[in-house]
Amino acid sequence: MSVSHADAFVAFEHVQKSYDGVSLVVKDLNLSIAKGEFLTMLGPSGSGKTTCLMMLAGFETATNGEIKLDGTNINRVPPHKRGIGMVFQNYALFPHMTVGENLSFPLEVRGMGKADREAKVTRALDMVQMGAFANRRPAQLSGGQQQRIALARALVFDPKLVLMDEPLGALDKQLREHMQFEIKHLHESLGITVVYVTHDQGEALTMSDRIAVFNDGRIQQLAPPADLYERPDNSFVAGFIGENNKLPGTIEELSGDKALVRLANGELIDATPVNVTQKGQKTLVSIRPERVEFKPEMMPDGAHMIGAEVLEVIYMGDILRAVLRVAGSNDFVMKMRNTLGQTKLEPGQKIRVGWDPLDARALDPI
Amino acid sequence: MAELSASSVGLTTADGRPLKAALATAQQRAKRRAFLLVLPLLAFIVITFIVPIGQMMHQAVYNDGFSANMPRLAAWFAEHPVGTDPDESAWQALALDLQDASAAKTAGQVGTRVNYEMSGTRSLFTSTARKAKGFAPPYRDAVLAAGAKWDDPVLWGTMRQVSRAYSGNFFLAALDMTHDPQGNIVAMPEDRQIYVNLFVKTFLLAGLITFTCFLLGFPIAHLLATLPLRWSNLLMILVLLPFWTSLLVRTTSWIVLLQQQGVVNSALVATGVIPDEGRFQMIYNQMGTIIAMTHILLPFMILPLYSVMRPIPPSYVRAARSLGATSWTAFRRIYLPQTLPGIGAGSLLVFILAVGYYITPALVGGASGQLISNLIAFHMQDSLNWSLASALAALLLGAVLVLYWLYDRLVGIDNLKLG
Repeated sequence: MSVSHADAFVAFEHVQKSYDGVSLVVKDLNLSIAKGEFLTMLGPSGSGKTTCLMMLAGFETATNGEIKLDGTNINRVPPHKRGIGMVFQNYALFPHMTVGENLSFPLEVRGMGKADREAKVTRALDMVQMGAFANRRPAQLSGGQQQRIALARALVFDPKLVLMDEPLGALDKQLREHMQFEIKHLHESLGITVVYVTHDQGEALTMSDRIAVFNDGRIQQLAPPADLYERPDNSFVAGFIGENNKLPGTIEELSGDKALVRLANGELIDATPVNVTQKGQKTLVSIRPERVEFKPEMMPDGAHMIGAEVLEVIYMGDILRAVLRVAGSNDFVMKMRNTLGQTKLEPGQKIRVGWDPLDARALDPI
Repeated sequence: MAELSASSVGLTTADGRPLKAALATAQQRAKRRAFLLVLPLLAFIVITFIVPIGQMMHQAVYNDGFSANMPRLAAWFAEHPVGTDPDESAWQALALDLQDASAAKTAGQVGTRVNYEMSGTRSLFTSTARKAKGFAPPYRDAVLAAGAKWDDPVLWGTMRQVSRAYSGNFFLAALDMTHDPQGNIVAMPEDRQIYVNLFVKTFLLAGLITFTCFLLGFPIAHLLATLPLRWSNLLMILVLLPFWTSLLVRTTSWIVLLQQQGVVNSALVATGVIPDEGRFQMIYNQMGTIIAMTHILLPFMILPLYSVMRPIPPSYVRAARSLGATSWTAFRRIYLPQTLPGIGAGSLLVFILAVGYYITPALVGGASGQLISNLIAFHMQDSLNWSLASALAALLLGAVLVLYWLYDRLVGIDNLKLG
């Protein structure tokens, strides 16, 4: 899904942000978000993703460039007039108000009558299955319940755009995964636009329509989850999203969508060139561990097989994780499904591994 | 419930001892150690705090200046009901007591005690005592010959009042009330009522100072809480600087600044804002007391406020703003309520300190800026009426305790955050 600047609901145009006047935290950001889209800003801390969210919410001003909401420039619109719902990392539920008062607050400041307010609050609480908790104080709720209330509060005044700043960061793993689905379902049923910030790649992959991977103040790649995972544009994205094997080498031949790479130990493999441009260039070939195969009968067409030595096999329940020595690197990982009758590998065993050349992506060396 | 069922079942340890007894033995050693550790502090507090306060409270209702030195007359008052005219036995008791007092040189004490209730009587006691050696029956005539004022029924009524060592007279005096000769409680004559007005003034001024401290301290505390740590530490040092400066130095510098020929007035005159003859009187009056005390007590407001504001994350106000509140609404409905424990603690602290403040009003208060504590000091040091001083101090203490109780009822003492 690509969105042109013209019909974008939210648009960042050449946005730059500096806090100290010396360095840029956000460097020339261009991003268009369509109406109804679930867009995630993913990146390590300090990559500029939260700053972008804060600029969109109006708590930080852009040093340069334009931010547009529904076609109008909102650079100078104060946060309370933007009509954007926001869920904060620590929920930011007002501790001196009950849950009901918390939800009622955005309606009160909009001058809504008491009866309307109550109806809306009840509906919003029911939406997150918290109808019975209207008279509790936030401190009396568990983390997951507070999370739901924060969500309901951000949605109760029917904003068109909802921003979420690492909303699930404080929850334990199981609850986090459950809430991911709930947020996703709410997004789908309400048809709202969501901009979601996280540093958790699993969360980003599960929930998003598109993911913008941030690093060093720039978007490294903007793509749907599957593209991002299977076709990373550069070494940073390949390394940040999921587990990845990286084999250093040199481009030996380059022709269209095929490249021949000479690895460190002199072996030649086929790869798909991504951001390499000429012969003799240094490269990192990235291969996902689950796309590596060692059984000859399962080998995909055109696979190039190279020798490997098993160093360690780790039992992880649903999968087996084998660490191999391949082409001189000792941390090459292969994942095997723990199926009935899976071949047992032993440390020291010599095998041959291979993969589809489409899964071996020749990226820039870091 | 749980305790009941446990004792009825009688839980025991593995070797058959009752569980409760075993627990007590196990903890006894630790408890004894803990107690011994706090013992020095406990003793210190009892000796330097509880005992003196207890003595002060006792002094407020106990004064034996009369009863100890005039035992016969005191006994006569005890035997005869109010309204009995002094008969010869009474005059005899008075004469013999005065003779003894003269010998023991305590007539002055007795006179002073009576003088508290009825001014102008001390000299009567001392002069009569000097002549008491030659007293012989009939004693009435002998005493009257030494001083004609002894026939005054008001004096006898007053002596009856003070003949009991324990009395609430000093509290009455502290509340501008007294006994009439018939023993009824009545208000002092208007021109002698000073304490109640001074109490009211003290509380009003303390309230005003608390409010000014709040107005000035709140923005500073907020700034301290939101600045980056590097800057807030610097600012904190500036806030604490007054603590490390001598009170006298601080007060004197206010005198330098505010007096009529001082820096502020001269600057205003030099810039032509006021004419030379129109210099403001800003010190040696109430205004001086308010300015200097606000300055001195400001840190006591800032520190509790700061400690409450520091942990409030900025996301609360941001959340309110994103939900559609203007910055004023977000402040009023979200930020301010969360700082209430700090406001309460700071205000209570400043108010209680201000109500009992002594040095600053004494130095810069002039005549109109004196507070009740200055009068207590006066009675302690100059008039030597310690009982009245104690009664005034006890009333002050009581008023503060009432305020504390009110605060607890309204805000809740567990909401207090001092740092």
